[in-house]
Amino acid sequence: MSKLDGWELVIGLEVHCELRTATKLFCGCPNMFGDEPNTNVCPVCLGLPGSLPVINRQAVEFAMRIGAALNCSIEPSTFHRKNYFYPDMPKDYQVSQYDEPINVGGYLELPDGFRVGIERAHMEEDTGKTMHAGGDGRIHGSSHSLVDYNRSGVPLVEIVSAPDMRSSAQARAYVAELRAILVAIGASDGRMEEGSLRADANVSVRRPGEPLGTRCEIKNVNSLRSLGRSIEYEAARQVDLITAGEKVQQQTRHWDDANGRTITGRTKEEAEDYRYFLEPDLVPLAPDAAWITTVRGSLPALPAERRGRVAAAAGAEPASQAVVTVVDLELDDLVCAAVAAGADGRIALARASNEVAANVDAGRRLDAGAFASLVKLEAGGGLTATQAKTVLGELLETGGGDPAAIAAARGFEAMDSNALDATIDEIIAAHSDEWARYREGDPKMAGFFVGLVMKATQGKADGKAVNAALQDRLKPA
Amino acid sequence: MSKLTRADVAHVARLARLELSDDELDMFTGQLADVLDHAADVEALEIDDVPPTAHPLPLVNVLRDDIVQPSLDRDEVLRAAPKAENGRFVVPRILGEAP
Amino acid sequence: MSLAANTALAIAAAVRSGATTARQVIEDHLAVVATRESELHACNLVMTDQALAAADAVDAAVARGEDPGPLAGVPVALKDNMCTRGVPTTCSSKILEGWTPPYDATVVERLRAAGAVAIAKTNLDEFAMGSSTENSAFGPTRNPHDPSRVPGGSSGGSAAAVAAGYAPLALGSDTGGSIRQPAALCGVVGMKPTYGAVSRYGLIAFASSLDQIGPFSNTVADAAALYEVIGGHDPRDTTSIDQPVAAVSAELGRGVEGLRVGVVQELSGEGIADDVAARVREATDALTAAGAKVGEVSVPACTFGLSAYYLIAPAEASSNLARYDGVRYGLRVDGEDITQMYTRTRTAGFGAEVKRRIMLGTYALSAGYYDAYYGKALKVRTLITRDFDAAYEQFDVLVSPTAPTTAFAFGAKTENPLAMYLSDVCTIPSNLAGHPAISVPFGTGDDGLPVGVQVLAPALGEAVMFRVAAALEAAAPGKAS
Repeated sequence: MSKLDGWELVIGLEVHCELRTATKLFCGCPNMFGDEPNTNVCPVCLGLPGSLPVINRQAVEFAMRIGAALNCSIEPSTFHRKNYFYPDMPKDYQVSQYDEPINVGGYLELPDGFRVGIERAHMEEDTGKTMHAGGDGRIHGSSHSLVDYNRSGVPLVEIVSAPDMRSSAQARAYVAELRAILVAIGASDGRMEEGSLRADANVSVRRPGEPLGTRCEIKNVNSLRSLGRSIEYEAARQVDLITAGEKVQQQTRHWDDANGRTITGRTKEEAEDYRYFLEPDLVPLAPDAAWITTVRGSLPALPAERRGRVAAAAGAEPASQAVVTVVDLELDDLVCAAVAAGADGRIALARASNEVAANVDAGRRLDAGAFASLVKLEAGGGLTATQAKTVLGELLETGGGDPAAIAAARGFEAMDSNALDATIDEIIAAHSDEWARYREGDPKMAGFFVGLVMKATQGKADGKAVNAALQDRLKPA
Repeated sequence: MSKLTRADVAHVARLARLELSDDELDMFTGQLADVLDHAADVEALEIDDVPPTAHPLPLVNVLRDDIVQPSLDRDEVLRAAPKAENGRFVVPRILGEAP
Repeated sequence: MSLAANTALAIAAAVRSGATTARQVIEDHLAVVATRESELHACNLVMTDQALAAADAVDAAVARGEDPGPLAGVPVALKDNMCTRGVPTTCSSKILEGWTPPYDATVVERLRAAGAVAIAKTNLDEFAMGSSTENSAFGPTRNPHDPSRVPGGSSGGSAAAVAAGYAPLALGSDTGGSIRQPAALCGVVGMKPTYGAVSRYGLIAFASSLDQIGPFSNTVADAAALYEVIGGHDPRDTTSIDQPVAAVSAELGRGVEGLRVGVVQELSGEGIADDVAARVREATDALTAAGAKVGEVSVPACTFGLSAYYLIAPAEASSNLARYDGVRYGLRVDGEDITQMYTRTRTAGFGAEVKRRIMLGTYALSAGYYDAYYGKALKVRTLITRDFDAAYEQFDVLVSPTAPTTAFAFGAKTENPLAMYLSDVCTIPSNLAGHPAISVPFGTGDDGLPVGVQVLAPALGEAVMFRVAAALEAAAPGKAS
């Protein structure tokens, strides 16, 4: 019985995506993670007196691509200043988009077909990074902080979903799918662990049918796992409060991963007044119809479409783990090429989502023709599954080659069934006690016999075939 | 008369990170109220259907190419810093997370 | 022969031809600075070493037979809110005292490329907020015509530097009249370009949608020459007009035959001193005599200009000045936590007028008040632009006083901020509309102090504006003492 039974979770997500441009949003400093602090800065991104912003065309292109991929309307837009004081903000205002964002009104479809509404996806600049010193690294208890402005001015698109999600699993699926889309269109490198994709969750609870409850925003979530855990924790926390007769206060809470809880931020006497006004140092964006059409037309196949394609080729479900895995790892083309060459789709998908997936970098370099040949060998019985996996391992290492030649070099060939039967009979005869226990259903005995058969045949037998043969001998003669 | 109160001035001073003595608070309240009174002629205009001009220029789509330009030398940057340590700017302890 | 009293064009011609050296020119001007500066305090910094080095570089170019530029060897004073690499830039504020920019403003780069020599950083009202230079954190500047009077502001130092002969040229910035009004009070030419005609990159911002850099000079021809050097598109300034600068020097001698000149009613009546009004009438009479058609025109929304300006400018300023927080540069006053550090730094670093405007601007933008104040002011801006556009259908240029009075005494308007704000009533409308305007000296007031007459033109109308200014200059009575 979950504490949340009888309660409905309402979840909206705000995902910040750092764009994969060469330079920052308003200046020509490199957009680069991991460089020495304060080496990628200039008058503009340091907020020096007299500096002025000029918008990066590529950032606009990526923002439009994101809007197109999320089925948004791409609109003329303006930039506003969001005014507040914080040391990671060199101008003590952030340039963002307020009431006229570049993308509005779209949706994202989860692999299972559930649609999450996208309210807007707007452009803004990233802040610098602060490190807290003198304590345990957190703000509370620190004696001073250190600021690096390399990240200040990096272009972001903030994607705001409608509060359509109803479970932490859906929230995770949303972020996973969004990430896959952003990577597919080239807008992001998807590295959540480096902070290039950051998710804040707005969570509230209510009894079904009742109006929306007060929501809290959870920040500082750095992985899909933390996203799930933090949402579960926060929902339970709110249920506890309401059940105890207390009110949920609207606030921003931070996810403390080490201790598995959300903690309240600084309590403020008054809500922040950002005093938004139109950024006078910039002029509006109004992409013309031709540019918009070009952007929409230049999108590559998105993950949903690719999953559908490889699922159809392999005879699998689009939402199945194997399909999701191969598309996620960009191995779907390999599978589709194998099928197109006449190989068995089910086996191609299985090998791709397991063995090739385990060695993705090599898998992306793997020669499609070699892969197709290998699948055909296995499908046609020329190789056992075990043998095929071994050959595949070698193919991955070398990036190609002739599977048949590799198999021959290793002395692989499928065992013909008569020889196999004979071998099995010999072994059974030599181990009558163990056979008796096998007949009685001792589960360990199957492995015992399969092991002996494999040893006797020097691995040439196919494990499944051996099991089947043993089972056959259980039937009355 | 403008409705600007002493509390309003104290509030905006806080928003702007300025500290005023009581005397200053009184003085500024009087002076700001005078300016806002003078601006009452604007406040009284009924011009809902007039569009605002945020910008005197009708420019749109001013963009630059995504090409790396030289950054500043870090030593020069940090020399101007009131306090720096190990390549970073040092600030006194921050009390809360960013809004 | 000292060239200190000569025009920029004459100096440049002499240097280019080899009749004199840039070094001689600069030394002569530095000598003038030395004689008057302790009295006038027009400068925050005299760039002696840099100026002499730059002069030597010009001379070396001439010796190599290279083109040293159209303003070769001409000394130029720079208002101390323009970034000069390696040279302190303070905005006459304690919060930037000692700050040295790591980069040059675009206008500074263009001056250097033209062979001009930056000779000083001049005093201003702190962060360009004021009309008398009394708001400088480093002490006021005195009017060279009468040291008991203000030079005007906020570019008082630059205006005084030209009037006193430190340099034939200076740059100032104009947000609500900060070039034109001190030009009028000091008896020199001062011009504000069309918004976007001159790059703001490197100009320390006061009000971003109003600020423009412009020239001070003794002659209209010199102002035109300086404008041609600094103006034109800059890719580093998004708000810069995507055109090369207009070739206005060629227009100067065309005369005003047939041009239609409108005297702005709303800027001519109440509040303008009688002697100033008389000079403006004489100026328009002179234009009539020169063949122009002078009439009266109403630009009704001008009466709301002051109010709209004192909502828009402080609002933008409150945001532009947020960055002065003690973190990355400038003054820091320590605190136990960052908020206390911010507050102590800004409280100690900003003067009263700057604080006033920051608070006013914060209020105008704050939740609940945006629509009534800032939002409304932006609509007034539309009305002013529309009324000007209508006026320019009937007239080619407009004329008004530049300032309501001649130079006032120190302390005369500091008791009541509003009294000071009223100094800008004639100049503010052009900033709101983004139109160019120029102040030309035209006689003196009853007190013998200079009077300036303002010529206004539509956006990108610098050519016709300079034409009329040249005609006024030619007809002006003997210069002020």
